[in-house]
Amino acid sequence: MFKLRSDTSRGLTLAAPATLYVGLLVAAPLVILVAYSMWTQTYVSIDRTPTWANYREALTDPLVRHLMIRSILIAGAVTVATVLTAYPIAYFIAFRARKKTLWLLLITIPFWSSYLLRVFAWKLILGFNGVMNSALMVTGMIDEPLTFLLYNEFAVVLTLAHAWAPFAILPIYVSLQKIDPSLLEAATDLGNGAVARFLRVTLPLTIPGIIAASLIIFIPTVGDYVTPSLVGGSDGKMIANLIQVQFGAANNWPLGATLSLLAMLAVGFVALVFALGLTAAGRRIR
Amino acid sequence: MKRANGLLIYTTLYLAFLYLPVLLLPLFSFNDGTIVAFPIKGWTLDWYRQLGAQDTLLNALGNSLIVGITTALLATSMGLFAARAYVRNRFPGKEASEGLVMLPLVIPGIIVASSMLVLFISIGLKPSLTAVILGHSFLALPFSVSIMKSAFDDFDASLEEAAYDLGSTVLETFRRVTLPVVAPGIVSSFLVTFTVSFDEFVLAFFLSGNEPTLPVYIWSQIRFPAKLPNTLALGSVLLLASVLLLVVAEYFRRRSSSKSA
Repeated sequence: MFKLRSDTSRGLTLAAPATLYVGLLVAAPLVILVAYSMWTQTYVSIDRTPTWANYREALTDPLVRHLMIRSILIAGAVTVATVLTAYPIAYFIAFRARKKTLWLLLITIPFWSSYLLRVFAWKLILGFNGVMNSALMVTGMIDEPLTFLLYNEFAVVLTLAHAWAPFAILPIYVSLQKIDPSLLEAATDLGNGAVARFLRVTLPLTIPGIIAASLIIFIPTVGDYVTPSLVGGSDGKMIANLIQVQFGAANNWPLGATLSLLAMLAVGFVALVFALGLTAAGRRIR
Repeated sequence: MKRANGLLIYTTLYLAFLYLPVLLLPLFSFNDGTIVAFPIKGWTLDWYRQLGAQDTLLNALGNSLIVGITTALLATSMGLFAARAYVRNRFPGKEASEGLVMLPLVIPGIIVASSMLVLFISIGLKPSLTAVILGHSFLALPFSVSIMKSAFDDFDASLEEAAYDLGSTVLETFRRVTLPVVAPGIVSSFLVTFTVSFDEFVLAFFLSGNEPTLPVYIWSQIRFPAKLPNTLALGSVLLLASVLLLVVAEYFRRRSSSKSA
């Protein structure tokens, strides 16, 4: 009895600092953010009379709606593009590669470098006078620089699909690794071809990995600031850019707080619907 | 066999795509011209030579080192204790706590940054390196916890029990048995959390005030085309530093795992 109690209390004591730290830094800002979202900015001071005005403003402003929808669509496109392009890589490493650890290491090394610098590099690659255009012109493949490369949604999706690659590959790889080989043999013995076997056995069994990868990519992408700022141009701006403006140049913290909370709710809602939908789809295939 | 080859070709192309931006920065940092485009004009080390003479850069580097080292210390010590509890002890709320400490990984950066700014201002903490350290420790904690968890996973609990049976106190056991065995994990966690902080931009952008860290400094330089070659040189140095640090961290992490085998 004594042993058990000391085990419990020691566990609680040891886990307490980390738990309280994260707990406090999640809960306290949230409470204050909610408070701020109901206050009003009056030039230099804050009017603390509670009001729904910020929410009314945010929900009726076409720019906010536009940026919110675009952020979610771009994040969705990034998620789909990353998972689709990453799946074959995870498949290759799990089933075909001989030196799995080496391949996994090769895939993660580029991501041990600064995210800001990688996005910056894409800006240089895709620019009008940039690396890609000049390389294509030097080799004679084009005569005029391509203008559709930078400052649009395409550039944002490409840059983010690059930035998130290992976050898609690793969870899918783990779920592929977990598949019992005898299930695949059974499918073959029962007369399934390679494609049918993949669709009916492999793919459904990797849905947890796909969900994990999608959520890890989708949630932070909706609130990404660096990529839309550097490569998005005016067509690629996202909600984070607007939030930053409220805390910076526009100096309207209450509206910024409101936008942060709304973005969080939107992300949470879409992520939940997506995860439930995919789980249901996975069950139906089987 | 044919399909396997197709996959291999695809994987190789994909790897080229992954490495393209990371290799381009260093390539053009040696370019003897201020425009980042082909053909490369000539090779020079000038951009690197100029780095050492820039006071604001060195100042930002100093800030980043202070923030990185303090963050690494804070996150690693919290992670060390928490991971010990998750692997060794049973207590109420354990799963909730394990889930909670992973939360910083999935909250969008802009939301963490804006909400912490609002919190810190409300409690009277002005944007400063202290604010950045508190924020970075929050972001780095999940990394520390997962690294330390795998270090404790691979560590035979009977070693600690033997030490208790031989009359060691809790502190003695921790210092003479636990610490040496998980030391590689601690080093790995320290290096990874340092790098997380060292490379982090959005939070530092919101919270650093007039004490910029290196990424915030780089952000301010990106706008000036004339500064581009210097930024490339600085970026290349940072890329190299990050990769080296994390390769060393990986080495230590593996050493801690292989011990149990």
